[in-house]
Amino acid sequence: MIEQPRMVKICDIWDESPSVKTFFFKFDLHFDPGQFVMVWIPLLDEKPFTISYIRNDLMGVSVLKRGMFTNALHNKKIGDMIGIRGPYGKGFGLQTNPDFCVVGGGIGMASLATVVDRLNDATIIQGARTASEILYQKRFKDMNLCTDDGTTGFKGTTVDLFRKLLTRRRFQKVYACGPEKMLYKVVELCRNHGIECEVSLDRYIKCGFGVCGQCDCSGQRVCVDGPVFNIKELSKMKDFGKVTILKTGARVVY
Amino acid sequence: MKLSVNVCNIRLSNPTILASGILGTTKALLKRVAESGAGAVTIKSVSTEPREGHKNPTVITFDAGMLNAVGYSNPGVVAAAKEFASLQDVGVPVIASVIGTQKEDFVRVVAGLSGSEFSAIEIPLSCPHTPGFGLLAGQGTPQATFDITSAVRKATELPIFVKLSPNIPEICAVAKAAEDAGANAITAVNSMGPGMIINIEAQKPILSFKVGGVTGDALRPIAIRCVYDLYKAVKIPVIGVGGISTGRHAIEMIMAGASAVGIGTGVYYRGIEVFKRVCEEMTLWMEENGFDDVNKIRGVAHD
Repeated sequence: MIEQPRMVKICDIWDESPSVKTFFFKFDLHFDPGQFVMVWIPLLDEKPFTISYIRNDLMGVSVLKRGMFTNALHNKKIGDMIGIRGPYGKGFGLQTNPDFCVVGGGIGMASLATVVDRLNDATIIQGARTASEILYQKRFKDMNLCTDDGTTGFKGTTVDLFRKLLTRRRFQKVYACGPEKMLYKVVELCRNHGIECEVSLDRYIKCGFGVCGQCDCSGQRVCVDGPVFNIKELSKMKDFGKVTILKTGARVVY
Repeated sequence: MKLSVNVCNIRLSNPTILASGILGTTKALLKRVAESGAGAVTIKSVSTEPREGHKNPTVITFDAGMLNAVGYSNPGVVAAAKEFASLQDVGVPVIASVIGTQKEDFVRVVAGLSGSEFSAIEIPLSCPHTPGFGLLAGQGTPQATFDITSAVRKATELPIFVKLSPNIPEICAVAKAAEDAGANAITAVNSMGPGMIINIEAQKPILSFKVGGVTGDALRPIAIRCVYDLYKAVKIPVIGVGGISTGRHAIEMIMAGASAVGIGTGVYYRGIEVFKRVCEEMTLWMEENGFDDVNKIRGVAHD
């Protein structure tokens, strides 16, 4: 783990969807699926991104164009430099034996992609707004897809599709990442069905190594105690699915 | 073994205090720090209005400590009063850190927090990296310190801790001004500097604010010297802060004259458990060296 940004060259850029690009760079540190790095653009800002690809000696982060920082990142070209520090946080607890399912909503799928790479025979549920926003279509075969507008796969939410799948399939473990309201419902379903579950949470992150307190979720620091939490930990976290913390430290209800 | 200390009639089960700006953003985190062994905890500083603080990177580390310019992000006094309600749940005394750009702001924040069960008010007049506050607003001079402390004195009956900068050569004069204005303790010291770290490949400073306060190991000898000098200069207790992450460091700070010790960057070095570990290490050292009460080592480094 490194705690000052190291400048790396962007060696490849893939268009994953109209609003998501993956940036590849050389970064030779050990990484567990679900961990994240801080990406720095000098003089601009620094934001957390999960590692979404490990390709030989390359790592990739998939970035949704959403605000000032991610717009600037999307404007980067192959050969440009970015700063990377990390990896940070506690990743997913991977078990090789159980029958498992990953549930990804929107850009949350990026966090689960390396989980799918590591484990064989994943059942994948991916939800997006519309067909063109589905990620990793060539990378993963036989995904169970859903879209808000029904342009591909099931028309409805990831939670609806997961619930539907549960009527005919039995899973021992679920890995999920996406909007927190979705995660809350996935965790509820898992609890009701006696399925183990781990989810990756998103909070505004500053230091990344557990000192500033910005990413608190009910006394848990998302940057070091998380971002991945299991069902037992989540049951003690009252803010999960309900409250997030803004840059000012103000609590806001989802 | 007696580790409990008394600071301004506040009883601490041990001398470790969570320093302001580290993990003090929510009541849940304060409670966790208390459960991890802190004798008291300090909230992240609160201003009248919400503040976003500086952009990232705001906190980075280097081989001798940490550099930060968070820029006083906080939700403002109204939200803070809600967040820090029913503080008895925390289990240890909670200190409110209050900031302002002028003395009236300090008074407004103190008034806004008066419904909460804080045990003391800390006023850091010494931040080196936030425009409008602390050193960058001239609050670290003896006169400004006297004026702000006097205004806060009129606004609260709680003990007032005035937190000072290690940068100022006349730190004892500033401390005396605070004491004369009615402060009940001196917290020494805030981060030093500001310092700067440049990433040579990017050819730019790493922190978005370019400069930040230096804490951790690099700060410790300076903090020890400040506390040593202050112990003789003022009659009120001194809370020693700066680079403490082991029991030996804490003992050293208390020998310099500290009544209690603040721990901040120590959380980076050793995790939230740093408080418990510092206490265990202090106990061990005292056993080995024939002390049965931490209060008996206070100030022993003096002639």
